[in-house]
Amino acid sequence: MTQRLALFTQALAVVVAAVAIAIAPGMIEIFTLMQITLFASMAVLSLSLAFIWGFGGILSFGQTAFFGLGGYAYAVAAINFQDSTQAIMLAVIVPALFSAILGYFAFYGRISDVYLGVITLTVTLILFNVINSTSGDEYRIGEAMLGGFNGIPAVPTFNMPFDPESPLSPEQSWWATAGTLLLVYLGLRALLASPFGRVIVAVRENEVRASLLGYDPRVVKLMTFILGGAIAGLAGALYVNWGAFVGPTIFSLSLSAEIIIWITVGGLGTLLGPIIGCILIEYIVAGIGSQQTLNSNLVLGSVLVFFVLLIPKGIVPTIRDIATGLLARIGRGHGDATPATMPQTAGVK
Amino acid sequence: MAELTPLLRTEHLTMRFGGVVANDDINFTLQEMELRCLIGPNGAGKSTFFKSLTGQQTPTSGTIAFRGLPITGRLPHEIARMGIGIKTQVPNVFNGLTVRENIWLSARRKTTSQSLSAAVRGVLDLIRLTPQADRTVATLSHGQRQWVEIGMVLAAEPHLILLDEPAAGMTDEETLLTADIIRDINLSRAIVVVEHDMAFIRLIAKTVTVFHQGRVLIEDTVDKVLADQRVRDVYLGKKVAA
Ligand SMILES: Nc1ncnc2c1ncn2[C@@H]1O[C@H](COP(=O)(O)OP(=O)(O)OP(=O)(O)O)[C@@H](O)[C@H]1O
Ligand SMILES: [Mg+2]
Repeated sequence: MTQRLALFTQALAVVVAAVAIAIAPGMIEIFTLMQITLFASMAVLSLSLAFIWGFGGILSFGQTAFFGLGGYAYAVAAINFQDSTQAIMLAVIVPALFSAILGYFAFYGRISDVYLGVITLTVTLILFNVINSTSGDEYRIGEAMLGGFNGIPAVPTFNMPFDPESPLSPEQSWWATAGTLLLVYLGLRALLASPFGRVIVAVRENEVRASLLGYDPRVVKLMTFILGGAIAGLAGALYVNWGAFVGPTIFSLSLSAEIIIWITVGGLGTLLGPIIGCILIEYIVAGIGSQQTLNSNLVLGSVLVFFVLLIPKGIVPTIRDIATGLLARIGRGHGDATPATMPQTAGVK
Repeated sequence: MAELTPLLRTEHLTMRFGGVVANDDINFTLQEMELRCLIGPNGAGKSTFFKSLTGQQTPTSGTIAFRGLPITGRLPHEIARMGIGIKTQVPNVFNGLTVRENIWLSARRKTTSQSLSAAVRGVLDLIRLTPQADRTVATLSHGQRQWVEIGMVLAAEPHLILLDEPAAGMTDEETLLTADIIRDINLSRAIVVVEHDMAFIRLIAKTVTVFHQGRVLIEDTVDKVLADQRVRDVYLGKKVAA
């Protein structure tokens, strides 16, 4: 009973979200729409780490490496092809290949979790420095000048698939970005509900046991890591489409740290939480940015400390616990003797 | 008459940790369908032996053959796929998942999707955890978690089952049930059991191998071994003294 109710509620929530995405442009001003388009692209980035860290148990301190590679791959390809279709594909493929190489050495070389964090962090720094020093005419890929610390301005934005003559309006860009967020979320949920998704969680839970049952943890972690890299790259394309610009600060370590804060606040081990955490915090940061009295890093730090101390599980798991408790109490109140079991522990919200 | 290939054979198996020789030149042979008990005082090298057999560590020297195939130094998942299952001394379960999910993760490697849920139900019944099937393993008692791990080993239907102190932390009743189950699975597959509980050993054992300071001290029938003066000295003597 409870399970079917939960499933129904969730399906309803997805429908509501889809409708909200569809009608949002008619309801809000263009400035706000642009802003939530940015938030939606960041939320895709948040999902990429939420997946590999929360479910794969792999903490990458350099998820912006894949985000930035996706952004640059998109910009360079969009300038060369003058069509965003192939550019978006490359924004997924390039970071996926890069994470495959990085992940292969990390997982097959049996590098410890801590070192993986250090390596991803270092790679992000290296990419930042490499791109930063590409000023000058000699640094070009086809038509695209990399531009060093100035970045690449006037990147062509999204157009209708295989139709460069029809660029997307801001409203259409919103639908593309928010629609991608919804699809990535649903895709990850479906994956985690599948047998392979269970294996991913099993490896996170106990790598030794998983291997003693015949699962190769290296393969499982590598697949997880590559998928995370691909999603981060896609987020990079969405981000560059939003601003029509990409610069080396896309590889910033402070953004890498921010993703970790989004997930901690929203709830590690969930998918919905990191989306909410990302949008909430980006909203606060944007609000602070528009006035001068408060330093945004100070506020971010305070929010993190507040959550770690008072709501360590994050928003979504805490609300879920409260709701489960209430449901159980209502159930008992009606003389329902069935014990309140969790719908599924490996389940995702 | 041609000699049959044994299920498991180790030759000169040695495992050193710095100056400690945890396993010292162990020659061990196990036939198909055999039930062997492995005993020895704390630190004798029993768990180390199991870890080499399952690929959790690479032995310093010596060879391990499973049905004649060399498996020395192979990775744990490769050895598991060849059909060796282990319940480790320190329980290794998926604490954050339900009992059913734990068993399912093991059973699905062997069983087709049609019979998978039936196989999971069968194991849940066998380990008497059907009422707790949807509980998170972390919320169970130590004894119940041992059962979950044993259930996972059984669900994989291995050819050789290694049990490292399966009755530790169990009540007397649970221990008797474990002995029943062990005898039951031994009808179709080979088992090596490490245990300290002598009453338990007497319940199940035919042949017993005694480890002492990394070496095989004696290998014989349970009655002869338990009557042996050296065994009393190193093992029982120490246990009483401890
Ligand atoms: N990873 C390791 N590093 C160093 N020494 C080790 C390691 N593993 C085991 N040892 C040592 O090897 C010896 C054998 O240990 P082992 O765990 O195999 O004993 P055991 O027979 O299983 O004992 P128990 O009955 O207490 O479980 C001990 O002296 C132990 O300290
Ligand atoms: Mg031991």
